[in-house]
Amino acid sequence: MRQFSYEKASDPGAAAARAAEVQGAKFIAGGTNLLDLMKLEIETPVHLIDVNGLGLDTISETEDGGLRIGTLVTNTVLSADARIRRDYPVLTRAIAAGASGQLRNKATTGGNLLQRTRCPYFYDTAMPCNKRAPGTGCGALTEGAFSRQLGVIGTSEACIATHPSDMAVAMRVLDAVIETVTPTGMTRQIPLEEFHQLPGDTPDQETALLPGELITHVTLPAPVGGRQSYHKVRDRASYAFALVSVALIRQADGTGRIALGGVAPKPWRRTEADAELPNGARAVIARLLDGATPTEENAFKITLAERTLAAMLKEA
Amino acid sequence: MQFNEPAGETLFDNAKIVGKAHTRIDGPLKVTGQAPYAYERYDVVEGQLYGYPLGATISHGTVTAMDTAAALAAPGVRTIVTTLDVEPLALGMLNVARLFGGADVMHYHQAIAVVIAETFEQARAAASLIEVSYEQGDPADYDLDAAFERLQGSGEPDTLYGDVDAAFRDAAAVTDQMYHTPGESHQMMEPFASIVDWSDGGQLTGWISNQMINWTRGSLATTLGIDKERIRIESPYVGGGFGGKLWLRADTVLAALGSRAVGAPVKVALPRPMMMNNTTHRSATVQRIRLAANADGTLKGIWHENVSYGLPGGRGENATAQTPYFYASETMRVKNHMAEMPLPETADMRAPGEAAGLMALEIAMDEMAEALEMDPVRFRIVNDSQVNPSNPDQPYSDRNFVQCLERGAEAFGWDASRPAPGSRRDGDWLIGQGVAGAFRGALVQPSGARAAIENGKLVIETDMTDIGTGSYTILAQTAAETMGLGMEDVDVRLGNSAYPVSSGSGGQFGAVSSTSGVYAACMALRERIASDLGLDAPAFARGRILAGDVDRPLLDMTVEAVESIEWGDFMKQYQKATFGAHFVEVGVNAYTGETRVRRMLACCDAGRILNPVTARSQVIGGMVMGVGAALSEEMALDTGRGMFVNHDLAGYEVAVHADIPEQEVIFLDTLDPIASPLKAKGVGELGLCGVAAAIANAMYNATGIRLRSYPLTLDKMLDQLSDV
Repeated sequence: MRQFSYEKASDPGAAAARAAEVQGAKFIAGGTNLLDLMKLEIETPVHLIDVNGLGLDTISETEDGGLRIGTLVTNTVLSADARIRRDYPVLTRAIAAGASGQLRNKATTGGNLLQRTRCPYFYDTAMPCNKRAPGTGCGALTEGAFSRQLGVIGTSEACIATHPSDMAVAMRVLDAVIETVTPTGMTRQIPLEEFHQLPGDTPDQETALLPGELITHVTLPAPVGGRQSYHKVRDRASYAFALVSVALIRQADGTGRIALGGVAPKPWRRTEADAELPNGARAVIARLLDGATPTEENAFKITLAERTLAAMLKEA
Repeated sequence: MQFNEPAGETLFDNAKIVGKAHTRIDGPLKVTGQAPYAYERYDVVEGQLYGYPLGATISHGTVTAMDTAAALAAPGVRTIVTTLDVEPLALGMLNVARLFGGADVMHYHQAIAVVIAETFEQARAAASLIEVSYEQGDPADYDLDAAFERLQGSGEPDTLYGDVDAAFRDAAAVTDQMYHTPGESHQMMEPFASIVDWSDGGQLTGWISNQMINWTRGSLATTLGIDKERIRIESPYVGGGFGGKLWLRADTVLAALGSRAVGAPVKVALPRPMMMNNTTHRSATVQRIRLAANADGTLKGIWHENVSYGLPGGRGENATAQTPYFYASETMRVKNHMAEMPLPETADMRAPGEAAGLMALEIAMDEMAEALEMDPVRFRIVNDSQVNPSNPDQPYSDRNFVQCLERGAEAFGWDASRPAPGSRRDGDWLIGQGVAGAFRGALVQPSGARAAIENGKLVIETDMTDIGTGSYTILAQTAAETMGLGMEDVDVRLGNSAYPVSSGSGGQFGAVSSTSGVYAACMALRERIASDLGLDAPAFARGRILAGDVDRPLLDMTVEAVESIEWGDFMKQYQKATFGAHFVEVGVNAYTGETRVRRMLACCDAGRILNPVTARSQVIGGMVMGVGAALSEEMALDTGRGMFVNHDLAGYEVAVHADIPEQEVIFLDTLDPIASPLKAKGVGELGLCGVAAAIANAMYNATGIRLRSYPLTLDKMLDQLSDV
C-alpha cells in the first residue's frame, strides 16, 4: 500500500469536484474491495475521498412506483428491505448469494457496481494485465494460462476478465438506472446497460463514469412482477464467485427477462434473448451467448448456463 | 524408558482421565484471544521492527540485478537484505529449495529480499519499490502426463511379488485406469510467521509458528552456519500447519538475517498470496492402477504406478505409499517415480502419500467391485489382510479394518444391494452413496519430557507442539492419570527448545509419541519420589502418595524427572497402521452438476482413543479437508509461466461451512499393545485418508459418471449428464 492522503466529503457535488481536481484521487465507501487492492498495489490512489458521510443511505419510493436506492445503502440493508424482498426478490437473492455476511454489512450499492474483476492475472502485479497496466498484454490469454473462471463473451483479445458482482446481474435484469453527480455539479442518469464498458482495446476503462463523477443513487423502475429467481453456480456452496449465475424474471405467459453473471465483463443481457424465453433454455442461451469466444478451459460455461436456465424454467 | 515389549496391563486400563472426553484446556485462552501466536508476541522483546518479504517473479533462472535505492529512501525503512547480499544458504533437513541467498531462482515467489522498516505498512510499501532484473531459465516441461508416459515401466519396482503378468492374464475381472490428483496447498489459517532476535549476531531467539522445534532448530543452525546451542525457539501455539510448518521456512530466515543486519528483533509473516508458491505443497500425481480379481472377489493382482514432481533431490508425493500394505493380493507390482520440474518445493502435507494415493486406489476398488457385481463394502472385507501383504511374515500389530467397514456400514445405513447408478433422486438432485477404505501408517518417534512437582503443581515441559490438535489436553490427561492427580493440578508447557526434545507434530506420530514421553517422564518422577521417600512401589491416587502407613500429599513436594520414550526393535516384527472406513452420501444436481455432500460418517481404528473430543475434532477436520480435496481444491498451474496462479484464498477454494453436512465419527477404541505404552496410535491424518474417493464413488453412484481426475468439478461431467 502506498501512502495516501485522506479527506471526508460532506457534499456529493463537492466530493465529485474534489475527485476531479486531485490527480489520483479515489472515492472510498465500504472499502471491501478497494482496501484489498491497495494492499496489493493494484490500486494506488494518492488521495482518498471518504463518501460515507454523504447521507445517501436510504431507500425512497419514486413517483412512478419504483425505488431510489442511496449509493451508501449497504448490501445487507438492501437485500433485507421489505419492499425489495416483496417487489424485487431477484435482487435480494442475488445479493444474498454474494460474498459473506461481514462483507455485505460493509459493502455499498455504488461500490458493488464498481468492484474490480477477480481475474488472478489482474491480482498478481508481476503478471501482464491490460486492465491493471495497459499495454502489458493479457496474462490469461497466453499459452498454458489458467482461464477456467474467466469470460466467454463480450471479451476481447486484450482482456477476458469478468465482472464479479451478483447484485449487478439482478439490477441489470430489473433495468436499473444509475444516478450520478458530475464534478461540475450536474446530475445525470445512466442505464445500467450502458454503465459497464466492454474491454475492447481499453480494458482499463470499465465504466461510463467521467473522471470524478460520483454515483449517488440507483433507481429501480416500478416492479415488473413475475416469478423472480437467481441461481448462482459455483464450485463450493458459499463464498465463491460465480462460474455462471442466472437472474430470471418470468411472467405467467412465459415471457420474461434474463441476465447472466460470471460470463462477461458486465452483467450480460440481450433483449433479443429475452424474447426467446417462451422457446426454452437452449433457444435463449443460443441467442444470449451467440458469438461467444470461450477458451478451452471455460467453454463449459455455455453448457452450464443453458442447463442452469433449464432448471430455473422448469420451476418458474 | 525403553518400549521393548508389548504393553501389558497398565494404569491406563483402568483410566479415569485418559480416554475420557475433556474439552481442550487451552480453549479459554484461544477464544478470548489470549493464546500468544508467533506474530503477535509484542511483549517478548523490545524494539521489534517489521520485515516484509519480496518474492521472485520468474519460475527459474537468475537474478541479474536488484535496485534498492528507492526502497531504501522510503519512509521508515531501516535496511534491506537482498539475496545478492548473501551467499547461498545451506539447505535445512530434508528440504531441497534454497530459502535465500545467491542469484539462483528455483521457483516463483522464492524470497529474494526482505525490507526492514518501523511499521508493517512502511516495509510493505517499500518492498514494491525494489526493481529486479532477471534472466529467465530455459523453458521447462510441466506435463506430468507426458512424464508418466516416459517413466512408466522404468526402474526397479519398489514392491514386486508373484507373477503379475500371469495374474492379469488369468483373472476373472480386470480394471485399468488413469487417475489424477492436483497440487494441494496447506493454507492453514495462521500464515508462516516469525519474530527473531539475532540483534548481536550471537544468541538467536526465534518465536516461530512451527510444528517441529528440534528439526527447525537444527535446520536453522545449518542454514545460518551457527551452533545449534546458540538458538532458542518458542512455538507454544500454532494456528494450523498440516505439514507445511514441519520445516524451517523463509519467514524465519528473513527475520534472522534482517535482525542481524539491523541490530534489532524483526518480525516477518508470509503474505497469503506468497504462501502457495514460496513454501511447500503436495505435488500433483498421475497414477495408473490395474487390478485383477478372481470371481470370488479376492484380488489376484495389484499394479500401481505413480509419478509426481519435485525439484532435484526432492521427494514428490508417493501415492503408492499404502498399496503394498493395505489389501491382500496374490501378486503385486508397485512403482513410484518423480519427475524433476522447476516448481515450488513439494513436501509433506497431511497424510503424505496416502492422501493422494487413496484418492485413486479407493476409486479403483469401487470400479473393481462394480466389475465383480459385488457390494464394495463386501469386496474390501474379502480382501482384508491381517499380515503385511508384501511381507506375510510380518503380522499387523492390530488391524480392525473389517470392523470399521461393518460398523460403519450399519451406522450409516449402507444399502448393500447397491441401487443402480442414477436411480435415486430427490427433486433436481441425484442421490448416491459411496464408501472408501482408509489407511495411514502408525509411526512413532522418540519423545522426551520433564515432569516436576513445583509450587503445588505438576509441571510438564516438552518441546512438543499443539498445532490445534489438542496436545496440551491429552498430555495433561496422561500426566494427571499417571500421577493420580486431577486435570486442574497439571500445568503443561509446550513448544520451547529449552524443554526436552519431543516427537513434535507430524505424520500423525505426535499424540502417540508425546503422550508416551510424558508417561515415561511421569513414571521416572514416581520412581524418584519413591526413592527420595524410601518407599517401595507407592501408589499415586487422589493427589496422595500411598504406601503402607504413608499417606501424604503429592503436590507439597519439590521434585523433578526428565525422561524420554525410546522405541524398541521388537516393533519391527509388526506392521503398524491405522484404519478406517468412510461413508458418504452426496447429491449431484441433475441440471448443473453441482455436488453437495449430504452426510458423512467415518469409522476409525486407531487404538486407544486418548480423548474422544479432540480425536473427533481431528477426524472431522480431516473429513472437511477431504471434501475440499474432492470437490474444489486445486493449485492451478500456468504451464507457460511455471507458477501457481490461484495463490490466495479466493482462488484456492477450501471447503467452507456451507459445504459441510452432518458428520459422524465412530471410534472402535481398540487397544494396540504393540503401538505404545498407552496402546494408542495417531489419528490426525487418518480422517483425511479415503474421504475424497468416498465422495467420488458416491458421485458415481448418483450419476453413473465415473470421474478420475480431481477436483471433481462440474465441468468434468456436464457433457455426460442427461439432457435436460
